[in-house]
Amino acid sequence: MLKFALKRFLGAWPTLLIMIAIAFFMIRVAPGGPFDSERKLPPEIEARMLQAYHLDEPLYQQFGRYLAGLLKGDFGPSFQYKEYSVSELVMAGFPVSLRLGGLAMLLALVVGVSAGTIAALRQNTRTDYAVMAVSMTGISIPNFVMAPLLILFFAVFLGWLPAGGLGDGSAANLVLPVISLALPQIAYISRLTRGSMIEVLHSNFIRTARAKGLPERLVILRHAIKPALLPVVSYLGPATAAIITGSVVIEQIFGVPGLGRFFVQGALNRDYTLVLGVVIFYGVLIIVFNFFVDMIYALLDPRVKY
Amino acid sequence: MNRYVLILAALALLPACGQSTDPDSTAERGPASTTVLHRGNASEPQSLDVHKGDGVPSSNIQRDLYEGLIAHAADGSLEPGAAGSWEISADGLHYVFHLREDGRWSNGDPVTAADFVFALRRGVDPATLSNYSGILIPIANASAITAGRLSPERLGVEALDERTLHITLENPAAYFLELLTHPMTFPLHRPSAQQWPGAFARPGRLISNGPYMLDEWAVQSHVKLVRNPHYRDADRLHIETVFYYAIENPASELKRYRAGDLDWTDAVPHNQIRWIRENLADDFKVAPYLGIYYFGFNLERPPFKGQPALRRAMAMAVDRLILTEYVTGGGEQPAYSFTPPMASYPAAAPEWGSWSREQQLAEARRLYAESGYGPERPLEVELRYNTSDNHRQMALAIAAMWKQNLGVKANIVNQEFKVFLDARTRKADTEAFRGGWIGDFQDPVNFLDILQSANGQNDTGYADPDYDALLERAAAQTDPRRRMDLLREAEALMLEQQPVMPIYFYVSRRLVKPWVKGWQNNLLDVHATRHFYIVDTDDHID
Repeated sequence: MLKFALKRFLGAWPTLLIMIAIAFFMIRVAPGGPFDSERKLPPEIEARMLQAYHLDEPLYQQFGRYLAGLLKGDFGPSFQYKEYSVSELVMAGFPVSLRLGGLAMLLALVVGVSAGTIAALRQNTRTDYAVMAVSMTGISIPNFVMAPLLILFFAVFLGWLPAGGLGDGSAANLVLPVISLALPQIAYISRLTRGSMIEVLHSNFIRTARAKGLPERLVILRHAIKPALLPVVSYLGPATAAIITGSVVIEQIFGVPGLGRFFVQGALNRDYTLVLGVVIFYGVLIIVFNFFVDMIYALLDPRVKY
Repeated sequence: MNRYVLILAALALLPACGQSTDPDSTAERGPASTTVLHRGNASEPQSLDVHKGDGVPSSNIQRDLYEGLIAHAADGSLEPGAAGSWEISADGLHYVFHLREDGRWSNGDPVTAADFVFALRRGVDPATLSNYSGILIPIANASAITAGRLSPERLGVEALDERTLHITLENPAAYFLELLTHPMTFPLHRPSAQQWPGAFARPGRLISNGPYMLDEWAVQSHVKLVRNPHYRDADRLHIETVFYYAIENPASELKRYRAGDLDWTDAVPHNQIRWIRENLADDFKVAPYLGIYYFGFNLERPPFKGQPALRRAMAMAVDRLILTEYVTGGGEQPAYSFTPPMASYPAAAPEWGSWSREQQLAEARRLYAESGYGPERPLEVELRYNTSDNHRQMALAIAAMWKQNLGVKANIVNQEFKVFLDARTRKADTEAFRGGWIGDFQDPVNFLDILQSANGQNDTGYADPDYDALLERAAAQTDPRRRMDLLREAEALMLEQQPVMPIYFYVSRRLVKPWVKGWQNNLLDVHATRHFYIVDTDDHID
């Protein structure tokens, strides 16, 4: 087991390095640079600026310098936000994204699983159709359409919630972004739960449970829900990825200062280090997650060889 | 069916909202507070360091944080700022400023002449990496210092005593007092700037001498300023706290305004102007803004290289009245000259600008034919712009006018902003391209300089020694009237060659809640928070 863990751990490094290299060189391919603007720099200043940020060196040298910095935990300065380092920005953005994504995931699970279960139990009734219709809508309407509609309805017309921003960090500011982010996942999870619940409800052990006279509530809660949730659990990985990519759009629409917004603005501004910082941060996060998932699988499933 | 789905969707969401909504924080239909102002401020400021800001969003905040020697009144006119009075020598080269006795930094330290000397030297010092150093060029030795040929100590500024500042100019500059309202000329608090070189403009470090001080800066979200208790006029400030929000998208900004989160928008979306005029007419502030929207021609490549007549034909074939009426529709003024009209310099439009449409078209067709094009041999041209709905509509309309009036085949091409800028600068594949320029102060050189042959900003490749010479003569001219005449002559000469095709003069357009009082239109679109107050009345609900 320890050997397997070590193997996995060592295997993660080349992945990380390749990811950094691809991101580093990809962003440099984009024309334009961090200091281009409609108002051009005087040539002397531009030369000094490039020098100060080592952008005048050959690319491979810059890459080496960047890697050396990373080893010391230094993500470099942001080219755009001159007062801040990339580490500071990433550390400021991550808690925001984490809160947004975490709440969206929680909401998606609670609402999705409940709605799916209810739909399965009332299969082919109005309730079922209603839940499935809503979830179909949720899947087919992309969040960049849904989010502005929600803003229009709840913030502009009803005036119940703020239309964007983080305000003073109050819960009200998070409601709409969290819902917009969770909605497609709620839809997906509810359909997943419904399908698998219907299947489970038709299996023999449920019939047995019912036959021995258990009340329906206990049949569902004690016997049916666990196996019905298995597909949902394996969907959690893709769901996390979907929420991370979804947050890039949602943070931009709502003006929430999370990592996704830094990423988009960083790319538009050619803030090379900031974009790389976000990519590496998420990359490491996903590699670490995968590592733990592998470990857990190995522990749970005796068929996994290591 | 659609309605059914929407209702279901709404119902599904209701419980979630009900639980998390704090009844007190719902959108107000009146001012939430009479001492807090929420301003939309376009993009995130690059920096709050006076020498490193880039453009309007950072200047807006810096003008609240700092007070320069000269300040803007609410109507944009000049008034004494940190300097209570000043004298100008007869030759226009020497300025002596007397700082106010009660000028204080936000930590209580007195504002001294040495603070200005320190800041101005830092502004021209190439080591500062300031993107705006060029604006200080009128000060003696500034350009030599920025180019690295002299040390910053040689800049023409000196502190005669604690409260007296002497500035020497390279050439007389009629606009110098106005230049002193620009953030690049603001003073710096030396101890803090020296303690954190290059990183002092952050909450907890930034010490400012203006009406407000920096309290909070959440990058990509907002900047929060609070009243500076040491400011000389602190007792007369009505607004205690001001928030500046980074919202790039005017449509999002409008929603936040309508939801009551903002008292003030930086812009309005083009395609909603009609709706705004119908529904928010009282909040809508439109005023001439010191800027020009134009298309440039690349004079270094065919088809426009060495073809002034063709360029004039293209410029004449465009109906600016239709463009400003139907494409922009926000009150923009049609432009035939490059420099926007200013009090001291009425627009220098060419004669054809005042012709009838028929005359313009006849002349355009004549010039087009003279350049060797016609129905058998139509001109094919590429019109390039940076991706944006507004620019796309403009480019489409212009291409259609060229097609209809001259038979020109124009392909419109859009590029992401930085890619576009890169192409424009290289001049290797552009033909006609979009451009825009906003003045920093009210003087024609602000606009005419960018078409000087050696100017890095000159993406047209226009190079006319006569034009350059006229600008140089104007720069050395002490008589303001004479100087303006020379500049007008230069502009007329340039427009004859038509390296640029002016389309319209900008207007500033924003929404301001009816309870925010103190608003006055001005050409530079500067609105310091200290001029505003909020009233809590009942008649704001309509």
